[in-house]
Amino acid sequence: MQKKVFSRPEGLLDVTTHYCAGCTHGTAHRLVAEALDHFGVRERAVGVAPAGCSVMMYKYFNCDTIEAAHGRALAVGTGIKRARPDLFVFTYQGDGDLASIGLCETMHAANRGESISVIYVNNAVYGMTGGQMAPTTLLCQRTTTTPAGRTVANEGFPLKMAELMANLEGVTYCERAAMYDVKQVRRARKAIFHAFEIQIQHNGFGFVELLSACPTNLKMPPAKAQKWVADEMVKTFPLGVFKDLPPGPSPAPSSAPAALAEEGTAHAV
Amino acid sequence: MADRGPKKLVKGNVALAEGAVQAGLRCYFGYPITPQNEVPEYLSGRLPQVGGIFLQAESELASINMVLGAVAAGVRAMTSSSSPGISLMQEGISFLAGDQLPAVIVNVMRCGPGLGGIKTTQGDYYQATRGGGHGDYRTIVLAPTTVQEMFDFAVLAFELADKYRNPVLILADAVIGQMAEGAYLVPDRPIVTVDKPYIVTGAQGRPPQNIRSMYLEGDDQEELNYVLQDKYRLIERDEVRYKTTQIDDAETVLVAFGTAARIALSAVREARKMGMKVGLFRPVTLWPFPTPQLRELSQRVNKFFDFELNLGQMVDDVRAAVVPGTRVEFYGRPAGGLPTPADVIQKLKEL
Ligand SMILES: Cc1ncc(C[n+]2csc(CCOP(=O)(O)OP(=O)(O)O)c2C)c(N)n1
Ligand code: SF4
Repeated sequence: MQKKVFSRPEGLLDVTTHYCAGCTHGTAHRLVAEALDHFGVRERAVGVAPAGCSVMMYKYFNCDTIEAAHGRALAVGTGIKRARPDLFVFTYQGDGDLASIGLCETMHAANRGESISVIYVNNAVYGMTGGQMAPTTLLCQRTTTTPAGRTVANEGFPLKMAELMANLEGVTYCERAAMYDVKQVRRARKAIFHAFEIQIQHNGFGFVELLSACPTNLKMPPAKAQKWVADEMVKTFPLGVFKDLPPGPSPAPSSAPAALAEEGTAHAV
Repeated sequence: MADRGPKKLVKGNVALAEGAVQAGLRCYFGYPITPQNEVPEYLSGRLPQVGGIFLQAESELASINMVLGAVAAGVRAMTSSSSPGISLMQEGISFLAGDQLPAVIVNVMRCGPGLGGIKTTQGDYYQATRGGGHGDYRTIVLAPTTVQEMFDFAVLAFELADKYRNPVLILADAVIGQMAEGAYLVPDRPIVTVDKPYIVTGAQGRPPQNIRSMYLEGDDQEELNYVLQDKYRLIERDEVRYKTTQIDDAETVLVAFGTAARIALSAVREARKMGMKVGLFRPVTLWPFPTPQLRELSQRVNKFFDFELNLGQMVDDVRAAVVPGTRVEFYGRPAGGLPTPADVIQKLKEL
């Protein structure tokens, strides 16, 4: 008897992606789709895709999606979730988006403990715009805007978001995972599942940083790019769980506060 | 007309906020800035009473994008700010226009350029009426002159935004926002709502939907622009609003909006007492601008006097509207230099 052991998750559409050969955006998409399936939230999910290589994820996910301006995914996500707390909201953001131009929105959404699951794809470069320096670019790493390599003196240090997130009281769960081999993909899958669970069961803010390979802009063949993530990126961005609060009272504002005043008060300047 | 109950003495900003709530506002996101702080302060207490959400955002960038998320989920949402904050929102407003999403944005203007000050001014006319952000788009712009209009235009703004799936801007100035007047705080008619099949609230029983402004395939991006332009032509045809006072026998017509129109109205009344044949034409929608109506008026009246609290912005639209050969003069003061009706009459006499 034959048994089907591998199939496309319902959360993904049956299409070929535009991602470059060896790009791990595709892997991350599949893991997110598996989580949508697993928790049965596909039909009440809204995915937020800001500018970046994955801005076209609406073509691949079999769920509702919305584009966000570069950096504003978590503001858009906040708006959706506050308007409709019954929806499942996830953002899918690159490092330029989440850690540079959108850092303010990221920190504040996290600090408010928005009930949102964040998939943060850290590939150490700006993929979509052609390989410029990202906030996560490694020291000495060459990019099209750090041709001699990133230096502390000029560009400062790579930004470690998982560590930063762990310090914010609104964050329920944050983990850094990778996708360079099967074992890591399994761990990444587990992390994404847990982030989803944090939203579904505890109305919490779950954050998964995924170290990702951008072979095109690293100018490496896919296998070498994966090895670079494993050997080089992991040194700066250690893998692991940085925070995982036990289930407790939801940190997210569950309902509107009591009425304050009948009439607005007048205030000046 | 519905019974609107008794008038209440209320500040413009509060009337606007209450009008928004009665129009169905359920999500407000904003960042403090004078002279509009009464709007968020009032809503922070009021929205929870109707099961709505009030959230003070971390910035105007966040506010406008939170609004974008909320309206994409089908809820009536609004933000309010003042000039520098509205400048920060322009990218988001452009996205709302490109996404064809309805939202209400309130600008209680302050002086510029730069940080400026909080005195009454109308320096954001260009920004408001030309789209304001990047790309070929327009927002509907309503310019209130009274506290009652702050309330009524809040209602109208939500209806127009939903009807056209387009951002609507209420362009007020500091005097209108800050002063208290008697106003009915009950709408004069039932609130109009529409179905929103385009919203993203989960692909249940239907294929997935997506909201975006980026179209990379073929001519799709160009097509979006044509779709928007067709919509704008429709709005220009159907939504022009303006008010006139004593223009029937007028030899000179003042053109003014907002607080300038209040000053101009007093000037017209005074001037009439002096025997001067002066009238007032007040654009209520700054976009769509009452171009055809002004043009028609200029067939008969050949002297127009545009009065603004800036150094000449709307006057360009007036000049473009009137028939060739019509005389259009301008008088204005920027950044809080508030002319009196007597100043306006003096300028009229100098014509
Ligand atoms: C306001 C604004 N600034 C700049 C850009 C150009 N831009 C688009 S995506 C991007 C960076 C993408 O990098 P990242 O977020 O790391 O995602 P990746 O493409 O690597 O997946 C930039 C700079 C933009 N779209 N909007
Ligand atoms: S440019 Fe890089 S991140 Fe973008 S699709 Fe190609 S490999 Fe992936």
